Amino acid sequence: MIAASNVLPDNAGYVAAAYLVFLALILIYVGIMAHRLTRLERDVVELNELADRPDEPAADPDAPREEIRA
Amino acid sequence: MHGSRLRTLSALTAVTLTAGYALAAFVAPMDADQGFMQKIFYLHVPMAIVALCGFVFGGICAVAHLRTGDSRWDLRAYVAIHQSLILGAGVLLTGSIWARASWGHWWVWDEPTLVSFLIIFLLYATYTPLRFSIEDREKQARYASVFAITAGAFVPLNFMAVRAATSLVHPRTFDSADNLPGAMRSAFLVCLLGMALLYVTLWKYEMASKHTTAQLRALKRKLTADTDPHAPRSRRSAAPELQVR
Repeated sequence: MIAASNVLPDNAGYVAAAYLVFLALILIYVGIMAHRLTRLERDVVELNELADRPDEPAADPDAPREEIRA
Repeated sequence: MHGSRLRTLSALTAVTLTAGYALAAFVAPMDADQGFMQKIFYLHVPMAIVALCGFVFGGICAVAHLRTGDSRWDLRAYVAIHQSLILGAGVLLTGSIWARASWGHWWVWDEPTLVSFLIIFLLYATYTPLRFSIEDREKQARYASVFAITAGAFVPLNFMAVRAATSLVHPRTFDSADNLPGAMRSAFLVCLLGMALLYVTLWKYEMASKHTTAQLRALKRKLTADTDPHAPRSRRSAAPELQVR
């Protein structure tokens, strides 16, 4: 630590902070992109399930319903 | 641009940025006045230049959108402005750190360069809320394009006005050939190129992500409409909706 402080020039902390801000921004951006990618993968899985499902007739809301008899 | 070309661009960006900051750290000489602290310059100034150019690029895409009515141009403008806002936040943060180290203050209100950049940043910060406030997609795209053109035209005007201002606390980089000699200039130019490549790469990634999302949504609608005629349409969003055919 003492050796490092002897080597580092004055105000090195500010320079490091500025570069860390840039790095943090990029990392946050990449993190958000990774989150979106996860969502896309989930959507692909969902679509695959939908595509694999056997054909069902479309539900018709106006179709007459069967009467329920007691 | 997908696959291998995007990978090549990413690799080129990484190499250029690494080379640029290696040059800035090890080859560029220490500034006689500011010493080591001046190394922030190689990050702060390229970010500012690329962010401002990105805002103008967003305006150009918006012009193309209004001319053609193609929603892809609206998406390009949206992503360009989005990326520039991220870089703009970086410019303000790194600038404040540099100001604190150099002038002893986090912010100087009577310095035109700082205040004008803040005005531009805040102006563009209203772009996404503006989009979100308009529900009708077509109207949203049209109003957002008009905003992007107006604000995009303001950027160079603002830049010229600031350069014409008399206050000289904030240094000028390229007002004379002696300002940035030899190795400093080379390091700066490589850093600027690296930052521009980073912007383009992230822009391409986000465009690819938005295209894929739009295609998946269209496919989902198509598949669910077959089984459920009451499947909900896409929810309200600030992001443009691409017409996938």
